[in-house]
Amino acid sequence: MSTPLVSVENVTKSFPVQSGGLWSRSTDSVHAVDGVSLEIESGQTMGLVGETGCGKSTLARCIARLYDLTSGRVVFDGRDITTLNRREMREVRRDVQMIFQDPYGSLNPRRRVGSIIGDPFTIQGLGSGKEIKVKVQELMERVGLNPEHYNRFPAEFSGGQRQRIGVARALALRPKFIICDEPVSALDVSIQAQIINLLIDLQDDFGLTYLFITHDLSVVRHVSDRIAVMYLGQVVEVADAEDLFETTRHPYTRSLLSALPDPDPDIADSQRRIVLVGDLPTPTNPPSGCRFHTRCPKARHDCVVTIPTLEPVLGDGPAHCTACFHPLAVGEDLTLSTPAIEDSEILTAQPALTSASSAAESGPKSAATRGGESQ
Amino acid sequence: MALLEVRDLSVSFHTPDGVVEAVRGLSYDVERGKTLAIVGESGSGKSVSTQTITGLTRGAQISGSALFNGNELLGASASTLQKVRGAQIGMIFQDPLSSLHPYYTVGWQIVEMIRAHRKETSKKAARARAAELLGLVGIPRASQRIDDFPHQFSGGMRQRVMIAMAMALDPALLIADEPTTALDVTVQAQVLEVMRTLQQEFDTAIILITHDLGVVAEMSDDVVVMYAGTVMEKAPRRTLFYLSHNPYTKGLLASLPARGGRRGRLTPILGTPPSLIDPSERCPFAPRCPSAFDRCWHERPRLDPVSHDAEHTSACWLPHDVAGGLDDPVPARGGSPVDVNPAPETQEESA
Repeated sequence: MSTPLVSVENVTKSFPVQSGGLWSRSTDSVHAVDGVSLEIESGQTMGLVGETGCGKSTLARCIARLYDLTSGRVVFDGRDITTLNRREMREVRRDVQMIFQDPYGSLNPRRRVGSIIGDPFTIQGLGSGKEIKVKVQELMERVGLNPEHYNRFPAEFSGGQRQRIGVARALALRPKFIICDEPVSALDVSIQAQIINLLIDLQDDFGLTYLFITHDLSVVRHVSDRIAVMYLGQVVEVADAEDLFETTRHPYTRSLLSALPDPDPDIADSQRRIVLVGDLPTPTNPPSGCRFHTRCPKARHDCVVTIPTLEPVLGDGPAHCTACFHPLAVGEDLTLSTPAIEDSEILTAQPALTSASSAAESGPKSAATRGGESQ
Repeated sequence: MALLEVRDLSVSFHTPDGVVEAVRGLSYDVERGKTLAIVGESGSGKSVSTQTITGLTRGAQISGSALFNGNELLGASASTLQKVRGAQIGMIFQDPLSSLHPYYTVGWQIVEMIRAHRKETSKKAARARAAELLGLVGIPRASQRIDDFPHQFSGGMRQRVMIAMAMALDPALLIADEPTTALDVTVQAQVLEVMRTLQQEFDTAIILITHDLGVVAEMSDDVVVMYAGTVMEKAPRRTLFYLSHNPYTKGLLASLPARGGRRGRLTPILGTPPSLIDPSERCPFAPRCPSAFDRCWHERPRLDPVSHDAEHTSACWLPHDVAGGLDDPVPARGGSPVDVNPAPETQEESA
């Protein structure tokens, strides 16, 4: 293996939340991302999947340094970018770009499309007005927009076209690495395929490296070389895409895969679904040991007391790591398993209080809006 | 007789830009105890059609007929509709948080709903029923959580509360408008499971509105595919997935990332959905259709049976004698047992 383009080392990001009463001063913290390590090879696509609130978007924003890390470090292209100041970071931003989920919220409605796409050039001080216009029109053509629409406003474009504008903006400085945060989730099925094709073509043409965040497992399987699965701020399994689907090890990954409805009636009828009990626990007070033990069909006593490490299990190669004490064997039927832990052992199994989780969500969102424009 | 018979329903709205024809000539039947899925992309009119039936589209021009249990719903008085909604037709929507009142406990809201329709029910009995319903949809410690407010529930739990409320009076029909779109897949699986169990127990008919073909494949008995306010294809579930006739349906199925298939380009439907302010009499899908020919640009196709199967209809000018194959560049996923039978594009269907 060559040196990875992006290397995430033990990254933790926590947000303060107010706990107790309205007037109480005590603050707690939500560990949105808790000790995550990942490596992304140059020219590859790393898929990142997980449910709402598992910290996948927070991790992405940490990697792009839209957030400062609480601890850990991010190494991009051999350079530790964790402690760079604003000016140094601006250089790195030429190589690290981001595409956002909401094609409506991530474009300023009062600015013309040409100037939105031209922003990266202006911010980096590259080229005169005329040169920028030529470059922007080239970009628009490349992503499948009509260059004559240079002077239009975002409102005059459909959702799919707006996402193309977002792609053009991210592509402007010929970055090495693009973080795609749910780039197709807001789009209709027929349009989704257009954008996925565009992203694949651009990767082939420019040798781009992607971090592709989504909750849609069929999309992530289609685009990714490797996939990491997150649960409550931690990576529970990471493997080559096909490997993850074929020899799933972690019970959470298996549950996630089995929950995906298949658009084929025969498969849908024969599918044995693992319906997880309960809700996602609150990240302010995560369960002890393995964080999945409160919902895991294979939970045993050791899962409650010891934290599993992310490592190859059951003879897997070094590329397939799982954080689980009781991983699934190939072909094992998870529906036959029942947890063997006492209810009293599940200390923190109370359902997530929305007050805590919504506070955790509102933080990333407001920061994202700022990040979207400042790139 | 079907539980709900919708015939030739058209809904349009007057706007400063012109008349928006949201639904054009929609017809379908919903049978007791069965699930009809209505699939379509944003703006295809799938939600507007059911909202119109329940009298929730104010200011719209409506024509057609909707017989529920033999009673006409379109043009019925507000008080009649008030009695039907909730008691005989339950509804759940995409966003459970904005469908629940934030100031009242969920128990209070269910009790209120029961007593609004059944005045003879005592508060105590209604409360007991509410607790029973919450237990039925799988809310743990239902008798305690009945006094919680909506914000104290997670998204999936809120949707369960909505289902409990919709099912409170044992309605004959449940309209579920994108019930799981806002939920994570694992939670979606739980909610779909609840809906299926309740349907079996109470023999409820369900209209399931969704854009997710996976959910359709799993939940539906019959499927209606809508595009730009019209029905493109109507068929039983398996027929639709394995022997689809309409190029739009095929395009939708082909644009999904295939299970197992990796990388390689997807087959999208080119172009963008049409404006609904379009008085022209062409097939609405013609501008994006890979098989479009002259006639498609001048005449709107009728919904005609495919290979003489009255249950399978498709609005398309391509020959209707063979389902599945035809000269389509996009073969249906899942493999059709019918041989691909190339037919000249100019051949017109004598219907």
